[in-house]
Amino acid sequence: MSDDHDHHDGDEHELRVSKIRSGTVIDHVRGGQALNVLAILGIDGSEGEEVSVGMNVPSDRLARKDIVKVEGRELSQDEVDVLSLIAPDATINIVRDYEVIEKHRVEPPEIVEGVLSCPNAGCITTSGEPVDSRFEVLEDGVRCDYCGTIVRDEIAALIDT
Amino acid sequence: MRHDHLITSKQLTREDIETILDRAAEIDADPSAVADRHTNTLLGLLFFEPSTRTKMSFETAMKRLGGDVVDMGSVESSSVKKGETLADTVRVIEGYTDALVLRHPKQGSATMASEFVDVPLVNAGDGAGHHPSQTMLDLYTIRENAGLDDLTIGIMGDLKYGRTVHSLAHALTNFDVQQHFISPESLRLPREVVYDLHQEDGGAGIREHESLEEVLASLDVLYVTRIQRERFPDEQEYQKVAGEYQIGSETLEAAGDDLTIMHPLPRVDEIAPEIDETDHAAYFEQAHNGVPVRMALLDLLLSDDEAADRRGGEADE
Ligand SMILES: [Zn+2]
Repeated sequence: MSDDHDHHDGDEHELRVSKIRSGTVIDHVRGGQALNVLAILGIDGSEGEEVSVGMNVPSDRLARKDIVKVEGRELSQDEVDVLSLIAPDATINIVRDYEVIEKHRVEPPEIVEGVLSCPNAGCITTSGEPVDSRFEVLEDGVRCDYCGTIVRDEIAALIDT
Repeated sequence: MRHDHLITSKQLTREDIETILDRAAEIDADPSAVADRHTNTLLGLLFFEPSTRTKMSFETAMKRLGGDVVDMGSVESSSVKKGETLADTVRVIEGYTDALVLRHPKQGSATMASEFVDVPLVNAGDGAGHHPSQTMLDLYTIRENAGLDDLTIGIMGDLKYGRTVHSLAHALTNFDVQQHFISPESLRLPREVVYDLHQEDGGAGIREHESLEEVLASLDVLYVTRIQRERFPDEQEYQKVAGEYQIGSETLEAAGDDLTIMHPLPRVDEIAPEIDETDHAAYFEQAHNGVPVRMALLDLLLSDDEAADRRGGEADE
Protein backbone atom coordinates (compact mmCIF):
# COMPACT_ATOMS: atom_id res chain seq x y z
CA MET A 1 0.00 0.00 0.00
CA SER A 2 1.49 3.33 -1.00
CA ASP A 3 1.71 6.03 1.58
CA ASP A 4 0.89 9.32 -0.06
CA HIS A 5 0.69 11.21 3.19
CA ASP A 6 3.09 14.07 2.63
CA HIS A 7 5.37 15.37 5.30
CA HIS A 8 4.67 19.01 4.79
CA ASP A 9 0.99 18.26 5.29
CA GLY A 10 1.90 16.34 8.44
CA ASP A 11 3.82 19.26 9.89
CA GLU A 12 0.97 21.56 9.07
CA HIS A 13 -1.63 19.77 11.15
CA GLU A 14 0.72 19.18 14.03
CA LEU A 15 0.86 22.93 14.41
CA ARG A 16 -2.86 23.14 14.67
CA VAL A 17 -3.93 20.05 16.58
CA SER A 18 -1.80 18.78 19.42
CA LYS A 19 -0.15 15.37 19.14
CA ILE A 20 -1.77 12.50 20.93
CA ARG A 21 0.04 9.91 22.96
CA SER A 22 -2.06 6.84 22.17
CA GLY A 23 -5.26 6.56 20.22
CA THR A 24 -6.57 7.24 16.75
CA VAL A 25 -6.02 10.10 14.33
CA ILE A 26 -8.54 10.39 11.53
CA ASP A 27 -6.97 12.52 8.85
CA HIS A 28 -8.05 13.78 5.42
CA VAL A 29 -11.67 14.18 6.39
CA ARG A 30 -13.54 16.41 3.95
CA GLY A 31 -13.71 19.95 5.25
CA GLY A 32 -16.69 20.52 7.51
CA GLN A 33 -17.38 16.83 8.21
CA ALA A 34 -15.43 16.43 11.46
CA LEU A 35 -18.46 16.68 13.72
CA ASN A 36 -20.30 14.17 11.54
CA VAL A 37 -17.32 11.85 11.90
CA LEU A 38 -17.65 12.03 15.66
CA ALA A 39 -21.41 11.56 15.47
CA ILE A 40 -21.18 8.53 13.19
CA LEU A 41 -18.62 6.95 15.53
CA GLY A 42 -20.87 7.69 18.47
CA ILE A 43 -18.18 9.75 20.19
CA ASP A 44 -19.69 12.66 22.07
CA GLY A 45 -17.20 13.05 24.92
CA SER A 46 -19.67 11.69 27.46
CA GLU A 47 -17.35 8.78 28.25
CA GLY A 48 -14.50 11.12 29.06
CA GLU A 49 -12.53 10.60 25.84
CA GLU A 50 -10.05 13.34 25.03
CA VAL A 51 -11.03 14.51 21.57
CA SER A 52 -9.43 17.24 19.50
CA VAL A 53 -10.79 18.48 16.23
CA GLY A 54 -9.17 20.58 13.54
CA MET A 55 -11.50 22.05 10.97
CA ASN A 56 -10.76 23.48 7.53
CA VAL A 57 -7.04 22.94 7.79
CA PRO A 58 -5.20 23.60 4.47
CA SER A 59 -4.27 20.32 2.78
CA ASP A 60 -2.42 19.24 -0.34
CA ARG A 61 -4.74 16.40 -1.15
CA LEU A 62 -8.01 18.13 -0.30
CA ALA A 63 -8.35 21.90 -0.51
CA ARG A 64 -9.45 22.02 3.09
CA LYS A 65 -9.59 19.09 5.43
CA ASP A 66 -10.68 18.25 8.93
CA ILE A 67 -8.73 16.17 11.43
CA VAL A 68 -10.11 14.27 14.39
CA LYS A 69 -7.91 12.90 17.18
CA VAL A 70 -9.24 10.57 19.81
CA GLU A 71 -6.91 9.96 22.75
CA GLY A 72 -6.93 6.59 24.48
CA ARG A 73 -9.04 4.70 21.99
CA GLU A 74 -7.91 2.57 19.05
CA LEU A 75 -10.74 2.39 16.56
CA SER A 76 -11.19 -0.91 14.76
CA GLN A 77 -11.44 -1.24 10.98
CA ASP A 78 -15.15 -2.10 11.29
CA GLU A 79 -15.74 1.03 13.33
CA VAL A 80 -14.01 3.34 10.90
CA ASP A 81 -15.23 1.82 7.64
CA VAL A 82 -18.60 3.47 8.14
CA LEU A 83 -16.75 6.77 7.73
CA SER A 84 -16.36 6.01 4.03
CA LEU A 85 -19.97 7.19 3.64
CA ILE A 86 -19.13 10.76 4.63
CA ALA A 87 -15.32 10.89 4.51
CA PRO A 88 -14.23 8.56 1.70
CA ASP A 89 -10.68 9.96 1.61
CA ALA A 90 -10.07 9.59 5.34
CA THR A 91 -6.88 7.97 6.57
CA ILE A 92 -6.76 6.26 9.93
CA ASN A 93 -3.61 6.41 12.04
CA ILE A 94 -3.34 4.26 15.13
CA VAL A 95 -0.90 5.86 17.56
CA ARG A 96 0.96 4.28 20.51
CA ASP A 97 3.48 6.29 22.53
CA TYR A 98 3.47 9.11 19.96
CA GLU A 99 4.34 6.66 17.13
CA VAL A 100 2.03 5.82 14.26
CA ILE A 101 2.01 2.03 14.39
CA GLU A 102 -0.70 1.42 11.85
CA LYS A 103 -2.10 3.47 9.02
CA HIS A 104 -4.91 2.62 6.64
CA ARG A 105 -7.68 3.96 4.45
CA VAL A 106 -11.40 3.49 5.03
CA GLU A 107 -13.14 0.88 2.87
CA PRO A 108 -16.86 1.01 2.12
CA PRO A 109 -18.56 -1.70 4.24
CA GLU A 110 -21.23 -3.91 2.64
CA ILE A 111 -23.80 -3.01 5.25
CA VAL A 112 -24.14 -0.35 7.91
CA GLU A 113 -26.12 -1.24 11.00
CA GLY A 114 -27.63 1.04 13.62
CA VAL A 115 -25.72 4.14 12.49
CA LEU A 116 -28.10 5.82 10.08
CA SER A 117 -31.80 6.47 10.51
CA CYS A 118 -34.15 5.73 7.59
CA PRO A 119 -35.68 8.93 6.16
CA ASN A 120 -38.87 7.09 5.12
CA ALA A 121 -41.63 7.91 7.63
CA GLY A 122 -43.46 4.77 6.49
CA CYS A 123 -40.52 2.49 7.36
CA ILE A 124 -40.84 -0.06 10.16
CA THR A 125 -37.40 0.89 11.54
CA THR A 126 -38.67 4.34 12.52
CA SER A 127 -41.87 3.08 14.14
CA GLY A 128 -40.75 2.33 17.69
CA GLU A 129 -39.91 -1.34 17.05
CA PRO A 130 -36.94 -2.97 18.81
CA VAL A 131 -34.84 -3.14 15.66
CA ASP A 132 -31.67 -1.38 14.48
CA SER A 133 -31.61 0.26 11.10
CA ARG A 134 -29.69 -1.62 8.42
CA PHE A 135 -28.50 -0.15 5.14
CA GLU A 136 -26.89 -1.83 2.18
CA VAL A 137 -24.03 0.30 0.83
CA LEU A 138 -24.37 0.96 -2.89
CA GLU A 139 -21.76 2.44 -5.20
CA ASP A 140 -23.38 5.85 -4.94
CA GLY A 141 -25.49 5.77 -1.81
CA VAL A 142 -27.19 3.55 0.73
CA ARG A 143 -30.40 1.53 0.66
CA CYS A 144 -32.60 0.63 3.64
CA ASP A 145 -32.71 -3.16 3.99
CA TYR A 146 -36.26 -2.97 5.31
CA CYS A 147 -38.16 -0.54 3.10
CA GLY A 148 -35.80 -0.22 0.12
CA THR A 149 -35.45 3.57 0.27
CA ILE A 150 -32.28 4.74 -1.46
CA VAL A 151 -30.38 7.80 -0.22
CA ARG A 152 -27.63 9.25 -2.39
CA ASP A 153 -27.11 12.78 -1.10
CA GLU A 154 -26.95 14.11 2.42
CA ILE A 155 -26.15 10.78 4.03
CA ALA A 156 -24.69 12.74 6.94
CA ALA A 157 -28.18 14.04 7.67
CA LEU A 158 -29.29 10.46 8.44
CA ILE A 159 -26.75 9.95 11.21
CA ASP A 160 -28.64 8.70 14.22
CA THR A 161 -27.52 10.88 17.10
CA MET B 1 -38.05 -23.59 -3.00
CA ARG B 2 -35.93 -23.46 0.13
CA HIS B 3 -37.01 -20.36 1.97
CA ASP B 4 -38.19 -20.06 5.53
CA HIS B 5 -40.35 -17.04 4.76
CA LEU B 6 -41.85 -15.35 1.76
CA ILE B 7 -41.22 -11.62 2.09
CA THR B 8 -40.72 -10.25 -1.41
CA SER B 9 -40.80 -11.79 -4.85
CA LYS B 10 -37.29 -10.34 -5.27
CA GLN B 11 -35.94 -13.12 -3.05
CA LEU B 12 -37.20 -15.73 -5.49
CA THR B 13 -35.15 -17.13 -8.35
CA ARG B 14 -36.68 -18.26 -11.59
CA GLU B 15 -36.48 -21.85 -10.32
CA ASP B 16 -38.29 -20.88 -7.10
CA ILE B 17 -41.05 -19.19 -9.08
CA GLU B 18 -41.42 -22.18 -11.39
CA THR B 19 -41.58 -24.53 -8.40
CA ILE B 20 -44.45 -22.48 -6.96
CA LEU B 21 -46.33 -22.17 -10.25
CA ASP B 22 -45.89 -25.88 -11.06
CA ARG B 23 -47.19 -26.83 -7.63
CA ALA B 24 -50.14 -24.45 -8.06
CA ALA B 25 -50.93 -26.08 -11.41
CA GLU B 26 -50.88 -29.56 -9.84
CA ILE B 27 -53.18 -28.42 -7.05
CA ASP B 28 -55.44 -26.59 -9.48
CA ALA B 29 -55.79 -29.74 -11.57
CA ASP B 30 -56.71 -31.95 -8.61
CA PRO B 31 -57.47 -30.04 -5.40
CA SER B 32 -58.88 -33.13 -3.68
CA ALA B 33 -55.43 -34.75 -3.74
CA VAL B 34 -54.20 -32.24 -1.13
CA ALA B 35 -57.39 -31.96 0.92
CA ASP B 36 -55.79 -33.78 3.88
CA ARG B 37 -52.23 -32.69 3.36
CA HIS B 38 -52.01 -30.25 6.27
CA THR B 39 -54.54 -31.47 8.81
CA ASN B 40 -53.87 -30.11 12.31
CA THR B 41 -52.00 -27.18 10.83
CA LEU B 42 -52.94 -23.73 12.09
CA LEU B 43 -52.26 -20.57 10.15
CA GLY B 44 -52.20 -17.27 12.05
CA LEU B 45 -53.75 -14.33 10.22
CA LEU B 46 -52.29 -11.00 11.35
CA PHE B 47 -54.01 -8.26 9.40
CA PHE B 48 -53.10 -4.86 10.80
CA GLU B 49 -55.07 -3.18 8.03
CA PRO B 50 -58.24 -4.41 6.38
CA SER B 51 -57.97 -6.55 3.27
CA THR B 52 -60.92 -8.89 3.30
CA ARG B 53 -60.18 -10.40 -0.09
CA THR B 54 -56.58 -11.36 0.61
CA LYS B 55 -57.48 -12.65 4.06
CA MET B 56 -60.33 -14.81 2.73
CA SER B 57 -58.09 -16.16 0.03
CA PHE B 58 -55.43 -17.29 2.53
CA GLU B 59 -58.12 -18.69 4.82
CA THR B 60 -59.65 -20.67 1.95
CA ALA B 61 -56.23 -21.94 0.89
CA MET B 62 -55.36 -23.19 4.38
CA LYS B 63 -58.73 -24.87 4.86
CA ARG B 64 -58.57 -26.54 1.45
CA LEU B 65 -55.25 -28.05 2.53
CA GLY B 66 -57.01 -29.58 5.55
CA GLY B 67 -55.79 -27.00 8.07
CA ASP B 68 -57.43 -24.17 9.93
CA VAL B 69 -56.81 -20.52 10.76
CA VAL B 70 -56.75 -18.31 13.81
CA ASP B 71 -57.37 -14.65 13.25
CA MET B 72 -56.02 -11.77 15.32
CA GLY B 73 -59.18 -9.82 14.45
CA SER B 74 -59.19 -6.10 13.93
CA VAL B 75 -56.44 -3.89 15.30
CA GLU B 76 -59.00 -1.96 17.37
CA SER B 77 -59.75 -5.02 19.49
CA SER B 78 -56.18 -6.27 19.90
CA SER B 79 -53.13 -5.62 22.06
CA VAL B 80 -51.73 -3.42 19.33
CA LYS B 81 -54.20 -0.81 20.40
CA LYS B 82 -52.48 -0.87 23.79
CA GLY B 83 -49.17 -0.02 22.16
CA GLU B 84 -47.64 -3.47 21.74
CA THR B 85 -44.82 -3.61 19.20
CA LEU B 86 -45.15 -5.77 16.10
CA ALA B 87 -42.04 -7.66 17.23
CA ASP B 88 -43.86 -8.69 20.44
CA THR B 89 -47.13 -9.53 18.68
CA VAL B 90 -45.53 -11.94 16.21
CA ARG B 91 -43.48 -13.61 18.94
CA VAL B 92 -46.65 -14.29 20.93
CA ILE B 93 -48.79 -15.50 18.04
CA GLU B 94 -46.01 -17.71 16.64
CA GLY B 95 -46.44 -19.84 19.77
CA TYR B 96 -50.07 -20.54 18.83
CA THR B 97 -49.59 -21.38 15.17
CA ASP B 98 -47.56 -23.25 12.54
CA ALA B 99 -47.24 -20.34 10.13
CA LEU B 100 -48.12 -16.65 9.93
CA VAL B 101 -49.57 -14.36 7.30
CA LEU B 102 -48.88 -10.68 7.93
CA ARG B 103 -50.36 -7.56 6.46
CA HIS B 104 -49.12 -4.33 8.01
CA PRO B 105 -49.11 -0.69 6.93
CA LYS B 106 -45.37 -0.11 7.44
CA GLN B 107 -42.81 -0.86 4.74
CA GLY B 108 -40.31 -3.49 5.81
CA SER B 109 -42.64 -4.81 8.55
CA ALA B 110 -42.60 -8.35 7.17
CA THR B 111 -38.81 -8.38 6.91
CA MET B 112 -38.56 -7.26 10.50
CA ALA B 113 -41.23 -9.65 11.77
CA SER B 114 -39.50 -12.58 10.06
CA GLU B 115 -36.35 -11.82 12.05
CA PHE B 116 -38.28 -12.47 15.27
CA VAL B 117 -40.02 -15.76 14.44
CA ASP B 118 -39.08 -19.33 13.51
CA VAL B 119 -42.37 -20.38 11.89
CA PRO B 120 -42.77 -19.55 8.19
CA LEU B 121 -44.08 -16.03 7.59
CA VAL B 122 -45.80 -14.85 4.43
CA ASN B 123 -45.94 -11.15 3.65
CA ALA B 124 -49.47 -10.27 2.53
CA GLY B 125 -48.59 -6.62 1.96
CA ASP B 126 -46.28 -4.25 3.86
CA GLY B 127 -47.50 -0.73 3.20
CA ALA B 128 -46.22 0.50 -0.14
CA GLY B 129 -43.75 -2.40 -0.14
CA HIS B 130 -44.34 -5.95 -1.34
CA HIS B 131 -47.17 -8.42 -1.75
CA PRO B 132 -45.54 -11.54 -3.19
CA SER B 133 -48.55 -13.88 -3.16
CA GLN B 134 -50.37 -11.42 -5.42
CA THR B 135 -47.34 -11.47 -7.69
CA MET B 136 -47.33 -15.26 -7.82
CA LEU B 137 -51.00 -15.40 -8.77
CA ASP B 138 -50.37 -12.76 -11.43
CA LEU B 139 -47.48 -14.79 -12.84
CA TYR B 140 -49.57 -17.95 -12.71
CA THR B 141 -52.36 -16.26 -14.68
CA ILE B 142 -49.91 -14.89 -17.23
CA ARG B 143 -48.31 -18.31 -17.65
CA GLU B 144 -51.67 -20.04 -18.09
CA ASN B 145 -52.82 -17.52 -20.71
CA ALA B 146 -49.73 -16.42 -22.62
CA GLY B 147 -46.65 -18.20 -21.27
CA LEU B 148 -43.80 -16.48 -19.45
CA ASP B 149 -41.15 -16.53 -22.14
CA ASP B 150 -41.01 -14.50 -25.30
CA LEU B 151 -43.74 -12.39 -23.77
CA THR B 152 -44.60 -8.74 -24.37
CA ILE B 153 -46.59 -7.20 -21.53
CA GLY B 154 -48.04 -3.74 -21.03
CA ILE B 155 -48.52 -2.60 -17.44
CA MET B 156 -50.80 0.41 -17.26
CA GLY B 157 -52.30 2.85 -14.79
CA ASP B 158 -50.96 4.01 -11.44
CA LEU B 159 -47.37 2.83 -11.62
CA LYS B 160 -46.12 5.20 -8.94
CA TYR B 161 -48.04 3.93 -5.92
CA GLY B 162 -49.04 0.48 -7.17
CA ARG B 163 -46.99 -2.05 -5.24
CA THR B 164 -48.66 -4.87 -7.15
CA VAL B 165 -47.06 -3.50 -10.26
CA HIS B 166 -43.61 -3.11 -8.73
CA SER B 167 -43.51 -6.68 -7.45
CA LEU B 168 -44.77 -8.08 -10.73
CA ALA B 169 -42.24 -6.08 -12.75
CA HIS B 170 -39.36 -7.35 -10.59
CA ALA B 171 -40.51 -10.94 -10.91
CA LEU B 172 -40.87 -10.68 -14.68
CA THR B 173 -37.19 -9.76 -15.05
CA ASN B 174 -36.49 -13.45 -14.35
CA PHE B 175 -38.06 -14.34 -17.68
CA ASP B 176 -37.64 -13.36 -21.30
CA VAL B 177 -40.18 -10.55 -21.13
CA GLN B 178 -40.41 -7.17 -22.83
CA GLN B 179 -42.13 -4.84 -20.34
CA HIS B 180 -43.92 -1.65 -21.40
CA PHE B 181 -45.01 0.72 -18.63
CA ILE B 182 -47.89 2.98 -19.62
CA SER B 183 -48.97 5.81 -17.35
CA PRO B 184 -49.52 9.55 -17.10
CA GLU B 185 -46.31 11.47 -16.46
CA SER B 186 -47.29 12.13 -12.83
CA LEU B 187 -47.79 8.43 -12.06
CA ARG B 188 -44.66 6.96 -13.63
CA LEU B 189 -42.67 4.21 -11.92
CA PRO B 190 -40.59 5.52 -9.00
CA ARG B 191 -36.94 6.01 -9.89
CA GLU B 192 -35.88 3.38 -7.33
CA VAL B 193 -37.97 0.77 -9.09
CA VAL B 194 -36.64 1.72 -12.51
CA TYR B 195 -33.10 1.57 -11.11
CA ASP B 196 -33.68 -1.95 -9.79
CA LEU B 197 -35.37 -3.15 -12.95
CA HIS B 198 -32.47 -1.96 -15.06
CA GLN B 199 -30.02 -3.62 -12.65
CA GLU B 200 -31.89 -6.90 -12.87
CA ASP B 201 -32.69 -6.80 -16.54
CA GLY B 202 -29.79 -4.95 -18.10
CA GLY B 203 -32.35 -2.44 -19.30
CA ALA B 204 -33.14 -4.37 -22.47
CA GLY B 205 -36.73 -5.21 -21.63
CA ILE B 206 -37.97 -2.00 -19.95
CA ARG B 207 -39.74 0.87 -21.75
CA GLU B 208 -41.95 3.70 -20.47
CA HIS B 209 -44.81 5.29 -22.42
CA GLU B 210 -47.57 7.81 -21.90
CA SER B 211 -49.91 6.34 -24.48
CA LEU B 212 -51.28 2.82 -24.84
CA GLU B 213 -51.66 3.29 -28.61
CA GLU B 214 -47.88 3.25 -29.02
CA VAL B 215 -47.63 -0.36 -27.93
CA LEU B 216 -51.08 -1.96 -27.85
CA ALA B 217 -50.74 -3.93 -31.09
CA SER B 218 -47.54 -5.62 -29.87
CA LEU B 219 -48.89 -6.80 -26.50
CA ASP B 220 -49.63 -10.38 -25.43
CA VAL B 221 -50.86 -9.24 -22.02
CA LEU B 222 -52.22 -5.91 -20.78
CA TYR B 223 -52.20 -5.54 -17.00
CA VAL B 224 -54.48 -2.67 -15.96
CA THR B 225 -54.46 -0.99 -12.55
CA ARG B 226 -56.71 1.65 -11.07
CA ILE B 227 -55.83 5.33 -11.15
CA GLN B 228 -57.13 6.76 -7.90
CA ARG B 229 -58.91 10.05 -7.64
CA GLU B 230 -56.97 11.12 -4.55
CA ARG B 231 -53.73 11.24 -6.55
CA PHE B 232 -55.00 14.33 -8.37
CA PRO B 233 -55.50 17.89 -7.13
CA ASP B 234 -58.96 18.27 -8.64
CA GLU B 235 -61.79 16.28 -10.19
CA GLN B 236 -61.38 17.79 -13.65
CA GLU B 237 -57.72 16.86 -13.88
CA TYR B 238 -58.51 13.34 -12.68
CA GLN B 239 -61.31 12.83 -15.23
CA LYS B 240 -59.11 14.05 -18.04
CA VAL B 241 -56.17 11.78 -17.18
CA ALA B 242 -58.09 8.69 -16.05
CA GLY B 243 -60.20 8.73 -19.21
CA GLU B 244 -57.10 8.16 -21.31
CA TYR B 245 -56.30 4.92 -19.49
CA GLN B 246 -59.67 3.20 -19.69
CA ILE B 247 -60.33 0.13 -21.80
CA GLY B 248 -63.48 -0.27 -23.89
CA SER B 249 -64.25 -2.30 -26.99
CA GLU B 250 -63.14 0.60 -29.22
CA THR B 251 -59.75 0.65 -27.51
CA LEU B 252 -59.28 -2.99 -28.35
CA GLU B 253 -59.79 -2.62 -32.09
CA ALA B 254 -56.05 -2.07 -32.40
CA ALA B 255 -55.18 -5.03 -30.15
CA GLY B 256 -54.14 -8.54 -31.15
CA ASP B 257 -56.81 -11.25 -31.07
CA ASP B 258 -54.97 -13.16 -28.36
CA LEU B 259 -54.49 -10.20 -26.02
CA THR B 260 -55.06 -11.20 -22.38
CA ILE B 261 -56.36 -8.43 -20.11
CA MET B 262 -55.64 -8.63 -16.39
CA HIS B 263 -56.55 -6.47 -13.38
CA PRO B 264 -55.87 -7.08 -9.66
CA LEU B 265 -59.48 -6.00 -8.83
CA PRO B 266 -61.46 -4.30 -7.50
CA ARG B 267 -61.95 -2.18 -10.60
CA VAL B 268 -64.00 0.98 -10.89
CA ASP B 269 -64.24 2.05 -14.51
CA GLU B 270 -60.80 1.13 -15.90
CA ILE B 271 -62.26 -1.78 -17.86
CA ALA B 272 -65.74 -1.50 -19.37
CA PRO B 273 -68.15 -4.35 -18.46
CA GLU B 274 -68.54 -5.19 -22.17
CA ILE B 275 -64.98 -6.61 -22.10
CA ASP B 276 -65.95 -9.18 -19.44
CA GLU B 277 -67.66 -11.43 -21.96
CA THR B 278 -64.76 -11.44 -24.43
CA ASP B 279 -61.90 -13.94 -24.58
CA HIS B 280 -59.56 -11.13 -23.60
CA ALA B 281 -60.84 -10.92 -20.02
CA ALA B 282 -58.74 -12.91 -17.52
CA TYR B 283 -59.30 -10.85 -14.36
CA PHE B 284 -61.88 -13.07 -12.67
CA GLU B 285 -59.81 -16.14 -13.42
CA GLN B 286 -56.85 -14.19 -11.98
CA ALA B 287 -58.76 -13.59 -8.73
CA HIS B 288 -59.74 -17.27 -8.49
CA ASN B 289 -56.13 -18.30 -9.04
CA GLY B 290 -55.32 -16.73 -5.67
CA VAL B 291 -56.48 -19.89 -3.93
CA PRO B 292 -54.41 -22.61 -5.69
CA VAL B 293 -51.37 -20.30 -5.72
CA ARG B 294 -51.65 -19.60 -1.98
CA MET B 295 -52.23 -23.31 -1.37
CA ALA B 296 -48.99 -24.00 -3.24
CA LEU B 297 -47.10 -21.35 -1.23
CA LEU B 298 -48.36 -22.63 2.11
CA ASP B 299 -47.73 -26.23 1.11
CA LEU B 300 -44.14 -25.51 0.10
CA LEU B 301 -43.41 -23.42 3.20
CA LEU B 302 -45.07 -25.90 5.58
CA SER B 303 -43.64 -29.08 4.12
CA ASP B 304 -41.24 -30.77 6.49
CA ASP B 305 -37.47 -30.53 6.31
CA GLU B 306 -37.25 -33.94 4.73
CA ALA B 307 -39.32 -32.76 1.81
CA ALA B 308 -37.29 -29.55 1.63
CA ASP B 309 -34.09 -31.59 1.51
CA ARG B 310 -35.51 -33.80 -1.18
CA ARG B 311 -36.43 -30.80 -3.31
CA GLY B 312 -33.04 -29.23 -2.64
CA GLY B 313 -31.34 -32.48 -3.69
CA GLU B 314 -33.30 -32.58 -6.91
CA ALA B 315 -32.43 -28.99 -7.65
CA ASP B 316 -28.72 -29.76 -7.25
CA GLU B 317 -28.73 -32.61 -9.75
ZN1 LIG C 1 -36.40 2.16 5.67
